[in-house]
Amino acid sequence: MSILVNKNSRIIVQGFTGKEGSFHAGQCLEYGTNIVGGVTPGKGGTTHLNKPVFNTVKEARDETGTNVSLIFVPPAFAADSIMEAADAGIELVVCITEGIPVKDMMYVKKYINNSNTNIIGPNCPGVITADEAKVGIMPGFVFKKGRVGVISKSGTLTYEAANQVVKAGYGISTAIGIGGDPIIGYSYIDLLEKFENDPETDAVVIIGEIGGDLEIRAADYIKQHMSKPVVAFIAGQTAPKGKRMGHAGAIIAGSKGTAKEKIDALSAAGVKVASTAAEIGNTLSETLG
Amino acid sequence: MNIHEHQAKQIFKNFGVPVLEGFPAETPKAARDAAEKLSSGKYVVKAQIHAGGRGKAGGVKIVDTPEEVEKAASDMLGMTLVTHQTGPEGKEVKKLYIEAGAAIADEFYLGITLDRQQEMPVMMASTEGGVEIEKVAAETPEKILKATINPLFGLQGFQIRQLAFELGLSKSQMKHFSKFASALYKAYIEKDASLIEINPLALLDDDRLIALDAKMGFDDNALFRQKEILNMRDFNEEEPTETDAGEHGMSYVKLDENVGCMVNGAGLAMSTMDIIKHKGGEPANFLDVGGGASAETVAKGMEIILSDKNVKAIFINIFGGIVRCDRIANGIIEATKKVDINVPVVVRLDGTNAGEAAEILKKSGIKQLITADDLNDGAEKAVEIV
Repeated sequence: MSILVNKNSRIIVQGFTGKEGSFHAGQCLEYGTNIVGGVTPGKGGTTHLNKPVFNTVKEARDETGTNVSLIFVPPAFAADSIMEAADAGIELVVCITEGIPVKDMMYVKKYINNSNTNIIGPNCPGVITADEAKVGIMPGFVFKKGRVGVISKSGTLTYEAANQVVKAGYGISTAIGIGGDPIIGYSYIDLLEKFENDPETDAVVIIGEIGGDLEIRAADYIKQHMSKPVVAFIAGQTAPKGKRMGHAGAIIAGSKGTAKEKIDALSAAGVKVASTAAEIGNTLSETLG
Repeated sequence: MNIHEHQAKQIFKNFGVPVLEGFPAETPKAARDAAEKLSSGKYVVKAQIHAGGRGKAGGVKIVDTPEEVEKAASDMLGMTLVTHQTGPEGKEVKKLYIEAGAAIADEFYLGITLDRQQEMPVMMASTEGGVEIEKVAAETPEKILKATINPLFGLQGFQIRQLAFELGLSKSQMKHFSKFASALYKAYIEKDASLIEINPLALLDDDRLIALDAKMGFDDNALFRQKEILNMRDFNEEEPTETDAGEHGMSYVKLDENVGCMVNGAGLAMSTMDIIKHKGGEPANFLDVGGGASAETVAKGMEIILSDKNVKAIFINIFGGIVRCDRIANGIIEATKKVDINVPVVVRLDGTNAGEAAEILKKSGIKQLITADDLNDGAEKAVEIV
């Protein structure tokens, strides 16, 4: 079980033969991930890392029955790649690419509205189900098998959190980096729901940071729907107020997205919030007893 | 990326958003020349800095003659403006914008930004123009009118009418508002803006609408396809060390205290600053060296941190994922050869090959290097030093 990806996932890599794609696809294969092929337009019919290369996602799906795509396409072309995957009926798109324009993601989210495609990222480390599938760029060995789910906005902080969860004597079921861009695919709430329903997950760690209000909405959801314990950490408690030009962002969010607002909302929802990033493991131990 | 008012107004002009005639000036003489070219009954001399709240801080002067424009310009150039958006250190005025005056009947607020929750742009309007709009939003939120714009269809006629009626505009004024709002949205979407703000939007005696002020911010991720905007970048408005870091793929923000930090990943970097403060210390900076921390980036990072003379200790906190810790350890040792390191450096390396890295650092015999077992230990050791 676990969530999103497992040993039966049939994964393709878009941007397969590029430098990033090659390196990370190699690492994923080494982890034992079921990568069934890749897509690089113009290189269809060749073989890369002993896997078939296709010109289009549609062709890859027809030939391999893929249901998950991992994207390493450069930012200027990444939105097009996500839409191509959605058009081909890929269920889960994991987009690692950093630097995609907000406007492009705005159109992508509209595009996938009428499809059964969901996105993780962009600008994220991806998703890993321990011992089954690593669909991303995280160091696999940190994520020892266990029964704690992790959802995080930040890359290296995900590794830090997972490391502490493991050292505290637990382990990871599935860990997801959702990315910190203004427009992303899956958010905390979607994934909390999946963890709540996953028989292989007993508790969830969520890692947030300043900006936006996703953590505050997650707090509302946790209060109403989560029976499993949730532990959190919010980065940026001491971040100085940025030099700003205008006020529009703060007006729209109805909040300034400060760490304090988020910590207060989560605490009020019964979530134990770690006081520092070094306390994530201990906070989990205290909660689970 | 942010641009100046006079640059934003140039973009407005190109998209058909009405603005007053004006010219940028960098000397009192040029300011006078600009005024003579405008030949109006009233002139406005405006400081060009990347921050709002200029009026209250003395960065906007209204005068009657080109001579007075020259005098106002000479007073304003070189002045340090402190507004609620500049921070306490303020910003030096290096450029002015000289505009013709206008007969204003009323002032409004108009802005466009991304509504992150809706994942669509939202246009905001208010009758409370010319004042601190954040206060209006906090105290009387009903006075901020909003129209969420579906990017597939653009700003619709009914949305414009709704805003116009709620603003209390007459039929003739509404015609001008319709053109104004449509042109503004077009500029926002085509230029990959992250923010447009007009405060005040002036209603003139003849029912026309004019953008008296103009703020624009842009999505940094989209600059690769916005060459015109990229060319408007003003390095004078940036902290030189921050620009330098950016050119090396790092992100640096200078703060005022003494514990320097070097971390991989923005979230972990913020958490590192947080824990330093939690342990009773004060961070000197935010520095995210990015995903591929190499010997060169580590050396450059050290150099940038040490250019700040307040720094009494450095805390290097790296969680090696794909980047192996042994390589980072070698990078740190190499950096100590390139950069004169005169403060203790606490190093915490965890993740891939952390064990080998610890060995390498121990064997190096570099006396400034202090190794830490984990995040907690590292933060405590760094704070202890200062």
